[in-house]
Amino acid sequence: MALLEVKNLGISFGGLRAVDDFNIRIEEGQLYGLIGPNGAGKTTIFNLLTGVYKPTDGSILLDGKNIVGKSIHKISHEGIARTFQNIRLFGKMTVLENVKVGLHSQYKYSLFAGIFQYPAIKKEAQMTERAMEILEVFGLAEDAELLASNLPYGQQRKLEIARALATNPKLLLLDEPAAGMNPNETKELMDTIRLVREKFHVTVLLIEHDMKLVSGICEELTVLNFGTVLTQGKPEDVLNDPKVITAYLGE
Amino acid sequence: MANEFVKAKTKEVRKSTIQKAVIIALAYVGVIALVSSGVLGYQYSSVLISVAVNIIAAVSLNLVTGFLGELSLGHAGFMAIGAYTGALITLHLNLPAPVEIFLGLAGAGIMAAIFGLIIGIPVLRLHGDYLAIVTLAFGQIIASILNYVKSITGGAAGLNNIEEYTTSDHYLLVLTLVVLSVLIMSNIINSRYGRAITAVRDNYIAAEATGICIRNYKIFAFVVGAFFAGIAGFIFAHNVGVIKPSKFDFNMSINILVFVVLGGMGSIKGSIIAAVVLTVLPEALRGLSDYRMLMYAVILIVVMLFNNSKLRKRLVEESGLKKLFTKKKGEA
Repeated sequence: MALLEVKNLGISFGGLRAVDDFNIRIEEGQLYGLIGPNGAGKTTIFNLLTGVYKPTDGSILLDGKNIVGKSIHKISHEGIARTFQNIRLFGKMTVLENVKVGLHSQYKYSLFAGIFQYPAIKKEAQMTERAMEILEVFGLAEDAELLASNLPYGQQRKLEIARALATNPKLLLLDEPAAGMNPNETKELMDTIRLVREKFHVTVLLIEHDMKLVSGICEELTVLNFGTVLTQGKPEDVLNDPKVITAYLGE
Repeated sequence: MANEFVKAKTKEVRKSTIQKAVIIALAYVGVIALVSSGVLGYQYSSVLISVAVNIIAAVSLNLVTGFLGELSLGHAGFMAIGAYTGALITLHLNLPAPVEIFLGLAGAGIMAAIFGLIIGIPVLRLHGDYLAIVTLAFGQIIASILNYVKSITGGAAGLNNIEEYTTSDHYLLVLTLVVLSVLIMSNIINSRYGRAITAVRDNYIAAEATGICIRNYKIFAFVVGAFFAGIAGFIFAHNVGVIKPSKFDFNMSINILVFVVLGGMGSIKGSIIAAVVLTVLPEALRGLSDYRMLMYAVILIVVMLFNNSKLRKRLVEESGLKKLFTKKKGEA
């Protein structure tokens, strides 16, 4: 059974059909790429998968369970985590706190435990430990006490991935993780994404414009154009497909 | 590395707990010394209770405005509910004082919290300035209801002869209430609940995508804030002995907001200091008679300008007072 199976997904905003008859099948452990020209509907699909938009039709099966209609935070509990195209960190909180927010739903204690501090302190220590483990993977452990908004841009992107992983997802959605990065940072990011998949046993679906990154790490691709699937398959086949080249460069 | 860090962090927590205990002990010693030595005199010992009311009100508003990041202009409304509920309980019951005080406090807090829940519902749909207007209207509605239900609240004349349970003669009780209230609120802020609330403030879209039910935490912040505003209202009512709807007007809400803004959004310490200073200041300026409120306003403006100035930044950096001025990390 596939980890994520999307069937005939579609959404209309008024008269505009933003996504139409979208199908995708992602196996567990896969690194999957979603590409397409600007305005093709890639981020809309992420928003559909994470419950920000309710699809007009179609179904989304995560591990065989339909998640259509669930609220955003419930879908996060089901096991889908995401990052955002324009970074969305908790800017006035420290790097460590950002990751601890990600751990929120896994380490619980009652309000009274919080008020009397007693069992809460132990749980908080466990959370800190887990958060530091995650931060170490991303090389952010040294910066744990910095405010998130004071991190350099590349590190902020990494912190967003770290926070997403803290929710212990089955499926990680990365929305243009390499946007605004220089070639060196992009290369580093590719290594990080591979490492993340191994360390956290997570399946990755990413949107990206950087073809080097896409062809470098993705095992399968879906190309989107005007809200519909243009083609699907192995990166080398897809990227040499004349239809895809036309969609990007024109006739 | 991770382990060492966790150890260091636990040590830090322990250190801050000890610090808190020391501060609380100092507060007790200080207040007892001030009152029993008679330095305060009649004028300032009555200010003592106003300071207490304002501290609780300011910290509870900070929970909503500073930590959740939603501007509330109706905090006096919650205080009014606490004051009236508490006063009605102590007026109509004929029980020993400690029992009455306990029931009154519980009733005041819980009733205010229920109204917090009610006002929490529009909060789910509105943000920022729109919400500010709704809370403003809420404060007005409370005042008009209190005016209208004459048979229970005594209308515009209000309630009289309220037992004076929390006057300056009972300063230890009031001080204990302040300490408990602030401690509970600061512990909530430093728990996973507080972290969720600040996450909603910093970026609600990301918070929701990270698995936080923003609806619950927004309402939670409003309910806790309202509960303690109710407690502040109880102390207020049982200090002055007379309450009227006009006491809990828009002015009072704004005054509390001034404490929060001046002390720093999202800083509990700041709210406490601002509440103390700005409550004592008008008394201290009494000598200026007619120019008193003018001076008060001028001082407010100067402090706000100073708070955002480069001069302050430089002073803080040069004088090594950084620790004193930078917010504690946990509080940020």
